[in-house]
Amino acid sequence: MSAEAKVIDMAYKIQQAEDGNRGLHYEENLLWEKEYSDEPGVDLPEPAGLASRTGVEVRGEIGLPNVSEPQVLRHFVRMSTWNYSIDHGFFPLGSCTMKHNPRLNEKMARLPGHAHIHPAQPESTVQGALKLMYELQSWLSEMTGLPGVCLTPAAGAHGELAGMMTIARAHEQKGNTHKKVVLIPDSAHGTNPATAVMCGFKVRNVPTGDTGCVTVEAFKEALYAESEDAAEVAGMMVTNPNTCGLFEKDIVEIADLLHKAGGYFYCDGANFNALVGKVRPGDFGVDVMHINLHKTFSTPHGGGGPGSGPICTSAELAPYVPVPTVVKKGDSYALEWEEDRPETFGRLKGFQGQFGMFVRALAYMMSHGADGLRQVSEDAVLGANYVLSQLKDDYHAPYAANGPCMHEALLTDKKQKEAGVTTLDIAKALTEYGFHPMTVYFPLVLPGTMLIEPTETESKDSIDRFITVMKGFAADIKAGDTEKFHAFPLSTPRRRLDEVKAARNPVLRWA
Amino acid sequence: MRYLPQTKNSRAAMLEAVGASSIDDLYRDIPKSAFVDGKLNLPDHKGELEVERILGGYANENLSAANVPFFLGAGVYYHHIPSTVDHVIQRSEYLTAYTPYQPEIAQGTLQALFEFQTFVAKLTGQEVANASMYDGATATAEAALMAMRVTKRKKIVVGNALHPDYRAVLKTYLGNFEGCALTDGEPDNETACVIVQSPDFYGAPHKYETFRKICNETGALLVVVVNEIVSLGLLPAPVEADIVCGEAQSIGVAMSFGGPHLGFFACREKFIRQMPGRLCGMTEDADGKRGFVLTLSTREQHIRREKATSNICTNQGLCALAFTVHMSLLGENGFKRLARLNHEAACKLADAVVKVSGVSVRNECFFNEFAVDLPKPSKDVVEALAQRGIVGGYALEGNGLLLCATEMTTDEDIAALVSALKEVLV
Repeated sequence: MSAEAKVIDMAYKIQQAEDGNRGLHYEENLLWEKEYSDEPGVDLPEPAGLASRTGVEVRGEIGLPNVSEPQVLRHFVRMSTWNYSIDHGFFPLGSCTMKHNPRLNEKMARLPGHAHIHPAQPESTVQGALKLMYELQSWLSEMTGLPGVCLTPAAGAHGELAGMMTIARAHEQKGNTHKKVVLIPDSAHGTNPATAVMCGFKVRNVPTGDTGCVTVEAFKEALYAESEDAAEVAGMMVTNPNTCGLFEKDIVEIADLLHKAGGYFYCDGANFNALVGKVRPGDFGVDVMHINLHKTFSTPHGGGGPGSGPICTSAELAPYVPVPTVVKKGDSYALEWEEDRPETFGRLKGFQGQFGMFVRALAYMMSHGADGLRQVSEDAVLGANYVLSQLKDDYHAPYAANGPCMHEALLTDKKQKEAGVTTLDIAKALTEYGFHPMTVYFPLVLPGTMLIEPTETESKDSIDRFITVMKGFAADIKAGDTEKFHAFPLSTPRRRLDEVKAARNPVLRWA
Repeated sequence: MRYLPQTKNSRAAMLEAVGASSIDDLYRDIPKSAFVDGKLNLPDHKGELEVERILGGYANENLSAANVPFFLGAGVYYHHIPSTVDHVIQRSEYLTAYTPYQPEIAQGTLQALFEFQTFVAKLTGQEVANASMYDGATATAEAALMAMRVTKRKKIVVGNALHPDYRAVLKTYLGNFEGCALTDGEPDNETACVIVQSPDFYGAPHKYETFRKICNETGALLVVVVNEIVSLGLLPAPVEADIVCGEAQSIGVAMSFGGPHLGFFACREKFIRQMPGRLCGMTEDADGKRGFVLTLSTREQHIRREKATSNICTNQGLCALAFTVHMSLLGENGFKRLARLNHEAACKLADAVVKVSGVSVRNECFFNEFAVDLPKPSKDVVEALAQRGIVGGYALEGNGLLLCATEMTTDEDIAALVSALKEVLV
């Protein structure tokens, strides 16, 4: 070991021994492990000492640390450095649409006239907010080709629930009490069957064919599995483009068959980014769909929410959506509630939805406009096809021979698995090389799937770097250099975490 | 088109590499009838300044609590948010991160969620808490569904004055299950849970001993709903409950016309496998270092599909972070003092309005909100106050009005309300 190396080694050991910090890599304890201050990180006025009128005893010790403001700020800033984010780099997370989050949207949501208004204020004092919601409804309606819009659902899965309850309510109002079965392709996201069950439906699976799509034959078989006229079928839940990244080619014919049987077509809108501004779901047979404002319309994911999942419906289903919706009456705007909409299935959320997300999404839509949104779709689809064209010889690309994909490319680990390297290993290797992994092991229709969605906000240069790294992995694995893949990642704030231990002996809070 | 990095050249190069003759060639599987003919009937793209002018104009048409005396609560509360909170949640690393499924590169979000769960568990006096729900109303509905799973019963009893929105959402969720009943009053041997809100919708704090006793006798679970979480700095923790859920918007999250807010959910540890929503747990990495992961996902739809405990997926991550930062700043002393200041502001408000002729306070006990009776229909009074630039509370049926005060309420605000009420009630 050289003298220089020895010094470095020694310094490293000192640091490791002390607190693990090195260079810009920081360790940070839990808040409860800090040295407590006498006073907290806020200065509040001294209470006047009035006699309590709560009628109950006074709260005892809660067990919270008092920590000064600089300590709190450093705590959360240090922890933030352990996170990967879209502002760090490429985030090819299929079906999740991790695109650029414009800061203008944040600024607009924080204007006092948006942030500090209460949902129960008199309508005369919130006309600007109601106008904003009305305008968002209009944009969504025009983009989907579906005239009914309800903004209240809080996230994608909540939008699914709203959509399926709308269908349930429509059947109930029409006296179709026998319609209790929902058809769902096996490529669907797990929220789809979970939602159907929450609405009291029974799930009937439709197998996905070798092409990655639902064929008319397979659909018919499922539709008429129990009766000649499919009288028990209430509807279907189909993601289109589907979770294999493909447009369901036979969707119009499938939707016709369903409609003839008296069923409604619910479209999971998770993949709307492939179509926005270019293709309207209402024009390929959709009766109701949800929109993830936190995917297609760029409201930030925030490490797991808040999202927002408005639903758009056909004119036929519009009366049944949850309340409230915003209507325009002359020059003013108003919320419509149960008394105005007697056929609604009711309320699905407190108050009128994730308004802060509405502001962000509308700011994004206005920034792009009709011309920009079409370009969003085209660049997203082009980027995914480019990835597919460059990697289809290095990885198994099950559907590449059948034609183009939409906004996401599907690969599997079939070739690499023969050498003992799995999709999980490739995902972890990507983190070592400064990328967020793609969506892994989803969809479930094939083993070891990798779903890659570049989105329109990555440059070709950025996509090329990803392709180069992925090609490098494939080459290393082919050459037998596989050992390292089981050890990756090495340089991340933590290495592979023991998930079995976490589940077997759950520790969910500090003592 | 400032959000789009592709160039004419890069698009052409990619098209060539793909082997497509045109961009529309890539859409060949889509039926022609579904294509937009030309462009959508919407305006073209706009610069940042133009968007700011439009949306800023909309914001200016709203009466903001930042500018006027404000007495509205009813489940959404106007509190001060320290500058540090917004600074932290606007950091790219938190704001633009995904749900932490890749724990090696998401420890920041995960440790913050672990701290969030700890804060919620400690505040509610419960053993465990999850990583957030959409809001208080849906959290309450999910609590009822969980009680049905745990007890295998289908009757839900509302024990006192539950927030009307919460009740409406509960009714909607339960409507999906055959044989479910939502009733008031006494539980029996078929009751899955009794739901008790404290402070209740009219602001009165409740004790839980009697509810606990009747739950023990009937085998029902006791669900306590808290929608003003600041109250837990002055009122006792509902340790008697089996599930405590509700709304935590008051800490770190703006009112924002109804959302995004922050539902929370805490319960006894023996029920964790029946809980809805995400859970963050402690573990260690390949080097033996402590780390955090999302855990017990076998409850969730990704694995269980139609057998999942709930369909909840994306929840309120960033709002949970805001709460955690704000609670970290408040600490034991700050949180309790904040609660005390809220209560004192409400005491002052009650003493002031009761002096207005014809106004009487219904509540003997309250935390930061209480109901009054007016000599006129409250809807009209609220509208008349709004015309005078005062947001004057929540109109109850008939002549009832729900009034709220927080640490934001000044003596001048109260004086302004009193003087306006005197005019309006003449």
